[in-house]
Amino acid sequence: MASATLPAALSPALLEQPAVRVLSEALGENLLAATDFRGEIAITVERKAWYKAVSLLRDHPELEFKLFLDLCGVDFFDREDQPERFAVVLHLYSVSKKRHVRLRTPVPESDPKVQTIIPLFKGANWFEREAWDMYGIVFDGHPNLIRLLTHDAFVGHPLRKDYPQGQRHVLKEPRKWLLQVPPESEHMIVNLGPSHPAMHGCFRVQTLLDGEIVRDAEAEIGYMHRNFEKMAEARTYWQVIPYTDRLNYCSSFMNGHGWALAVEKLLGVQAPARAEAVRVILSEFSRIMDHFVCISTNVVDLGAITPFFVVFRGREKIYELLESCCGARLTVSYVRIGGLAQDVPDDFVPRCRETLEFVMDAFKQMDELLTRNIIFNNRFRDIGVLSKEDALSYGWAGPCLRGSGVETDVRRDAPYSGYDQYDFDVPVGTTGDCYDRYLVRIEEIRQSARIIRQALDKLPAGPVIVDDRKVALPPKSEVYGNIESLMNHFKLVYDGILPPAGEVYGATEGANGELGYYIVSDGGKHPYRLKVRPPCYNNYQAYPEMLKGGQIADAIAIIGGLNVIAGELDR
Amino acid sequence: MSPLIQDLIEKAVVVLVVFGGLLGVFSLCTLIERRVLAFMQFRLGPNRTGPQGLFQPVADGIKLFFKEEFIPAGANKLLFVLAPAVAVVTAFMSTAIVSYGGALTVPALSFLPEWLQGRVIELQIADLDVGILYLFALSSLGVYGVVMAGWASNNKYALVGGLRSSAQMFSYELALGLSWVPVILVTNSFRLPEIVAGQAGWFWNWNCFALFPAFLVYVVAGTAEANRTPFDLPEAETELVAGFHTEYSSMKFALLQMAEYVNMITISALGANMFLGGANTGLPFLPPTAAFGLVGFLAFAAKVAGFLFFFFWLRGTLPRFRYDQLMHFGWKVLVPVAACFILVVAGVVAALA
Repeated sequence: MASATLPAALSPALLEQPAVRVLSEALGENLLAATDFRGEIAITVERKAWYKAVSLLRDHPELEFKLFLDLCGVDFFDREDQPERFAVVLHLYSVSKKRHVRLRTPVPESDPKVQTIIPLFKGANWFEREAWDMYGIVFDGHPNLIRLLTHDAFVGHPLRKDYPQGQRHVLKEPRKWLLQVPPESEHMIVNLGPSHPAMHGCFRVQTLLDGEIVRDAEAEIGYMHRNFEKMAEARTYWQVIPYTDRLNYCSSFMNGHGWALAVEKLLGVQAPARAEAVRVILSEFSRIMDHFVCISTNVVDLGAITPFFVVFRGREKIYELLESCCGARLTVSYVRIGGLAQDVPDDFVPRCRETLEFVMDAFKQMDELLTRNIIFNNRFRDIGVLSKEDALSYGWAGPCLRGSGVETDVRRDAPYSGYDQYDFDVPVGTTGDCYDRYLVRIEEIRQSARIIRQALDKLPAGPVIVDDRKVALPPKSEVYGNIESLMNHFKLVYDGILPPAGEVYGATEGANGELGYYIVSDGGKHPYRLKVRPPCYNNYQAYPEMLKGGQIADAIAIIGGLNVIAGELDR
Repeated sequence: MSPLIQDLIEKAVVVLVVFGGLLGVFSLCTLIERRVLAFMQFRLGPNRTGPQGLFQPVADGIKLFFKEEFIPAGANKLLFVLAPAVAVVTAFMSTAIVSYGGALTVPALSFLPEWLQGRVIELQIADLDVGILYLFALSSLGVYGVVMAGWASNNKYALVGGLRSSAQMFSYELALGLSWVPVILVTNSFRLPEIVAGQAGWFWNWNCFALFPAFLVYVVAGTAEANRTPFDLPEAETELVAGFHTEYSSMKFALLQMAEYVNMITISALGANMFLGGANTGLPFLPPTAAFGLVGFLAFAAKVAGFLFFFFWLRGTLPRFRYDQLMHFGWKVLVPVAACFILVVAGVVAALA
């Protein structure tokens, strides 16, 4: 696929893309460029047309890019090919048309301002704050443009290329009040977190309580922020793999899977069939495990402690399976760019079947303890309802989005790793309450088991990593045996994987929802810019809004069902 | 020796035995609860301290003694210290009228003083004529311990926990009280020994069968009264950190825990007396007085153990209610059911009389 950049006269192939056509008709010369790289449409527009372009993408009947995915800044500090130093990049998805689009706008360093798109997408709020926090790009009209992932004593913008990396800033005064008690009210401010039994991880919600009723709520995140994206800019592509394990550490394999696919997309290589099948099997096991953790900790917060122990035995079995494949349990780092680190053990298939049987037995017990339990039903039904429109606007993902009635699943709509070979259903909720999210997860566990069984039945033989010496290391026996492999090994370790210059957005269906890696490559051995689209970031953003008017006990019931993982939320 | 002194000695011994016994059962309960829950959850539970972890409560006690005694700044010191005392004193006082399984007959052994030989010792500290009313009064007082603890801590979680607790206990006390009325109507007495005596004979004479709705209300309201899952909202650890005892440490925490467990034991013992026939074995050929009254005591103990196990079981099974659902359930379900059933029982009793 050749990249094409034709600002004045767009190539006919690109004009066939509805997004390009509609925008070029409406914006005229304000549309600066459009490219098609690895099957991804990217459109660059003038800054003054930013808001109009976004609203067109969202509302035009031919486009309907209604699902907000990601918004981030990029710093092209030393890139001569870019018109301005900064860029703001937006990713949207159309559920009805099953299409992605990337919208970019250049932002000059002298006047780093862009109009906010919060009126169009509620989810843009935190993303814009993050872009300001990380790059100093100001969003005009943003209601609350303050530090999000770093803290108030922080000076500078850490993701700028000229930020001195060794610089440290000490926070002495934490942000004490996120809310104010209205005058002449007897309301009370109560903090849930950062250290609270129901906040699994470390995040904080401040609530304004009127008795048991939550009148207002505000969230603060960033307690576990380590700027993974900055670290990735100084790592080679495969050195990023262990960092991805620490995003959603409850299903670490899937993060690595997503990362490998994104880089493979950038490189234009395809992992061997056996590697892809094993990836699918282990990813689905990880999904089961993640849903187990989500559901069981959620009900522990409601006072039911037994389901937790029931399913954690199943989780333990899955960890044993992962351990037998790669030696690690929690943070597996098992994938490699172009395949897997090593082949699975000989008894992999029977081992998987045995694990699956055990896991599904534990699952059945949990199902029996909860699904029809009347107290559990009372606690979950009609609690934390988020409408379909709001879920799309917030950019919700995965089981939460499907719980709100949006039928979308990356595995089915944009199949990767051979998901198109397997039969599975995508469960969808109707009301969008906690119970629907729970039921979607329950059904997804069944579907995952179904996928695993099919994948085990036709697990192909063969190599587990590509035979491409520019991507994968040669086997050790060859390195010691012949000079060519030794050279290949040396070159690859020394130079790293060198992808072509370009931008890709690799999306996979993580346990929490669409996990996206947006990679900007300048052709060097490090990613020039890496942005993770963490699914629970969007989910959590809606949380304070969902609390209002509910009770404090509902706050606890809702948070567990969103499955917010601090490692992924704060990155 | 005058009969008065004989009575005093007998009562003093009974008081000491009951008090000590309750402390023992309390500490055993903490262990058994953990072991039972562990069994239900595929775990082992504490099993290393002594045989089957039997000394675990002792170890816990020692640990709690050596913990820092912490009073938060801004707390009302007097009430903060008083609250556990109030809770535990009222909890123990309400155990005074419980009948612990009929009466024991001292065997006529020659080395015993003459007045003791063949003496019948009632296993009850005080046989009040208004026994049940006394219990009402004390369980209302018991709420004060929790409310004081919640308020005096100067902590928002504790305050909300205390508020929930007062609302919950007042509401469920009503249902609890109403569930006793049919028993009183049927027995025509407020005295526990008479209530127990009224259930002699075959086990179908037990009140729990004839007065099943009242029994059901009693069990539910009793669980709420003892702040056990699914009614453990005052503590609701994941919402309110630890509810009213968030700020408590060391022995004051232990006392609050003790009050809770003693309340649970009292609820179980009362339930056994009022609905499950108390000391009656349920078999007419095995009267409670057999084997010097030991049979009665064992029958009673087994019923209490059954109740306690039920409470542990609930904790292993159910999630907790939400505050408004709890109030709804108490006022709109339990109280009307109990009240209607009183009308039915009263009507039947009047018609038969």
